[in-house]
Amino acid sequence: MPDKTIAAKVDALPGDTASTAGVVVTDSGPAPEKARSLWSDAWHDLRRNPLFLVSAVLIVFLLVMAIWPGLFTGTSPTHADLAKHYLGKPNWGHVFAGDWLGYDVQGRSIYARVVYGARASITVGVGVTVAVTVIGTIIGMVAGYFGGWTDTLLSRVTDIFLGIPFLLGALVILNSFDDRTVWVVIMALAFLGWTQIARVARGAVITIKQSDYVVAAKALGASTSRIMFRHILPNAVAPIIVVATIALGGYIAAEATLSFLGVGLGDSAVSWGGDVARGREQLRIAPHTLIIPSVMVSITVLSFLMFGDAVRNALDPKLR
Amino acid sequence: MAELKKTDESMDATPNVTEVQTVDAATEEEAVAAVEAPVDRGEPILQVRNLVKHFPLTSGILFKRQVGAVKAVDGISFDLYQGETLGIVGESGCGKSTVAKLLMLLEKATAGEVFYKGQDITKLSGRALKAVRRNIQMVFQDPYTSLNPRMTVGDIIGETFEIHPEVAPKGDRRRKVQELLDVVGLNPEYINRYPHQFSGGQRQRIGIARGLALNPEIIICDEPVSALDVSVQAQVINLMGKLQDEFNLSYLFIAHDLSIVRHISDRVGVMYLGKMAEIGTDTQIYDHPTHPYTQALLSAVPVPDPDSRDGRERIILTGDVPSPANPPSGCRFRTRCWKAQDKCAQEVPLLAVPERFKAANTPAAHETACHFAEEKNVVHAA
Amino acid sequence: MTIIDETAESPGPQETGRPLLEVRDLHVEFSTRDGVAKAVNGVNYSVAAGETLAVLGESGSGKSVTAQAIMGILDMPPGRIPKGEIFFRGQDMLKMSGEERRKIRGNRIAMIFQDALSSLNPVLSVGYQLGEMFRVHQGMSKKDAKAKSIELMDRVKIPAAAARVNDYPHQFSGGMRQRIMIAMALALEPDLIIADEPTTALDVTVQAQVMDLLAELQREYHMGLILITHDLGVVADVADKIAVMYAGRIVETAPVHELYKRPAHPYTKGLLDSIPRLDQKGQELYAIKGLPPNLTRIPSGCAFNPRCPQAQDVCRTDIPLLFPVTERDGGELVGRGSACHFWKETIHG
Repeated sequence: MPDKTIAAKVDALPGDTASTAGVVVTDSGPAPEKARSLWSDAWHDLRRNPLFLVSAVLIVFLLVMAIWPGLFTGTSPTHADLAKHYLGKPNWGHVFAGDWLGYDVQGRSIYARVVYGARASITVGVGVTVAVTVIGTIIGMVAGYFGGWTDTLLSRVTDIFLGIPFLLGALVILNSFDDRTVWVVIMALAFLGWTQIARVARGAVITIKQSDYVVAAKALGASTSRIMFRHILPNAVAPIIVVATIALGGYIAAEATLSFLGVGLGDSAVSWGGDVARGREQLRIAPHTLIIPSVMVSITVLSFLMFGDAVRNALDPKLR
Repeated sequence: MAELKKTDESMDATPNVTEVQTVDAATEEEAVAAVEAPVDRGEPILQVRNLVKHFPLTSGILFKRQVGAVKAVDGISFDLYQGETLGIVGESGCGKSTVAKLLMLLEKATAGEVFYKGQDITKLSGRALKAVRRNIQMVFQDPYTSLNPRMTVGDIIGETFEIHPEVAPKGDRRRKVQELLDVVGLNPEYINRYPHQFSGGQRQRIGIARGLALNPEIIICDEPVSALDVSVQAQVINLMGKLQDEFNLSYLFIAHDLSIVRHISDRVGVMYLGKMAEIGTDTQIYDHPTHPYTQALLSAVPVPDPDSRDGRERIILTGDVPSPANPPSGCRFRTRCWKAQDKCAQEVPLLAVPERFKAANTPAAHETACHFAEEKNVVHAA
Repeated sequence: MTIIDETAESPGPQETGRPLLEVRDLHVEFSTRDGVAKAVNGVNYSVAAGETLAVLGESGSGKSVTAQAIMGILDMPPGRIPKGEIFFRGQDMLKMSGEERRKIRGNRIAMIFQDALSSLNPVLSVGYQLGEMFRVHQGMSKKDAKAKSIELMDRVKIPAAAARVNDYPHQFSGGMRQRIMIAMALALEPDLIIADEPTTALDVTVQAQVMDLLAELQREYHMGLILITHDLGVVADVADKIAVMYAGRIVETAPVHELYKRPAHPYTKGLLDSIPRLDQKGQELYAIKGLPPNLTRIPSGCAFNPRCPQAQDVCRTDIPLLFPVTERDGGELVGRGSACHFWKETIHG
């Protein structure tokens, strides 16, 4: 898959061999008026993609919620009034009020917990994605560019990490920490998750390394760092971004899963996964305590998956 | 090899190989100075001697061992004179593109030397190597893959100045890039556009502008027009001719299209399976070929003109080119040659002027690697 | 927009003695980011059994798109056929159901592509792929299909066919692979073969072998053959007639030998002049100025007018029809037509 995405705009065949419609069009006539980069082309596509628009609106909404939860509710997620609110039912008429989505077993506002829980999920999702992208890209590029023994060594290391079951590995690692903050969870997931990006980056780099424009740069006497950062990285970045955005949703789901299993964020942290776990005990008498945080996880994961899908369609010229 | 000796001047004004006046530079400064020294028109500027490139074939996953080699280039020698165009023709797999890569130092030669102004560039490093790179540039075959799709035209051409900052001061670069675009016949205002906004012919012009940017002395053109449409090919060929006169360039023009090579070249070398089969001036090769492979190649060229086609003899070769990993013994062409005899399987024919043509002052007296060289005009109607 | 040639006035589809394939006023468009690209703009041509038509054109001329429309392998969308008819044995294929078309494709009309390596499945032996044609279309047994495959490989002159039948595509050279493609196309003895640049990817010495083979088999099976090419030299020996395309239209038709001697369209003339010659060395090549048009913005009038050395006002306003070309004294020139307002000046100087 990564190999195909590299072709980028290079997919046009030599002039006299045009055989597909797309080529016929690209090879003819004078150039259009303004400069168009891959990114502006992608943006042109994205703007017209309803999938992208819906997911982008949802993601912006979630990000705002994660950064400024105070904008959405004045109620504290940790304020518990057991006597008054024990498993209070949702009060659908009181939109954005403390009792809008009801109360949990300790009398805490579920609405407030949903709002404040976004921060944990999004921080973990974005944090892990950034970390795996950086680690994976560096390892993949080094392996792909230098080849030989470096590649053999790094590829075997990648294979070893790939062999560790993701959730089981995370369970084991997180179990050994007593104080499981957001950063610990991010580190644990990133430690296990970089392999996918590394493989994609390595594949992309190997393909790009052989392309004529890299050979041309070498013939000019360009340095290794120039070839890596001016020629290879900008061309490899599209498939990496695609994989990273799609993976982001998965990391959010993974955090929720780990929290549900009790090895995610600590009990004091506000997180959707933890709330789902606690809600399970009241499933019979108060199903809303489980359903509402679960729906939030689903919406968030789905938003990022849709977003990643839209980005892939825009950046992968083979689908055009 | 035998061809290193100087051939008789009276028969051939530009012998294929002349004596190499080596320069032994003790310091890097001397080496750079030698690279920068001007060469007179008609003097050899690039001298290739017994160049060999074998790509090892390995087997085994962990402990690789060599099981053979693809003999892509197997001992070729030629001179490139200042201001001339030397065409190299051959079919796919004959090693002509590998020669280009070796001369550009993109591949490491297995053996042999490449003398540029008397210095073996395969052994240079540091500043002297950089100076050589500046003076030998390349134009690629595929204008669709040779330009970085993420960079604007201005960045692509301007990058040459970033790598060799001494050629153009920083403030001057944009103007220089625009000048170059103008030289190759593109609108200088296109400087901020991306490669995919141009057609194939326009892209090849960008590639040529990049090649010209450093004011090189030699441009190695690897199939520069084979990816272009016929009507655009002519434009690019004419542009290259114009630029050669204007900038006093020497071209090594590698192509499989024999008509185009004849049009642009002063001398032509014919390659087959990693060896030079025949080399001489364009008239010697096209009108007086003596190697059977050259004759077959020329006779196979499709010609649209019904008159010149009717009178032509067509030599249709049987079979395919053998694998360069396992070339035939003796003469490499013998498996497809209609003249082949026992001698051809045993003795490798050397590239030299055949004895019997040496005495007579005929155009057939040029270097050919055949035991039974005979002149045969296949291009012109009988 | 109507371009009428002699075929358009021929009698109805049920008439006998009609050509094998007849394309009438075919239009093909593609939706692209930059608008609608008009790839084919009213193409008319016909091929009879035993006849070879060469379609000559550069990239973007619509020569391949026309062939894809005939084969029914256009990507739709983004492609669209807003207008036109394609008669095969008197039946309009564009009006047929998908099932009916599939029966014709591969069975009655076969196609040979430029790149044989990517047209063959790399993980199946060539014998299996050849035999598949017989097993699927004719219900042959595995053993019979294999015997038939070897026979076919013999027909296309692959040495030691029986020994190589179980080899995989990558084990063959480019020329041999193209022979296998030809064998596959021939397998069901089609009435018409469309060859899209069949020798472009091959070396010069192999090109001639493959082209000769194709011509020989065509004579033997009495098939119609459409050769799509950008190189007049390649098809000159085997084609009967030639149609030159530019910007989705046929600009000139002629018997192959006459085209070179006396082109009647400035584009053809310029194209022929810009080919360097093997037997003499010129100073500067003739080059047609400018670039082929952008198919989303084809110039008004004659599409070639911005590049034409003899364009007049009428060329910028009126689309030229394919005029019948005659001798200076009005004598008939069979099969010749030119879509140029000034064809007389072009051919007669």
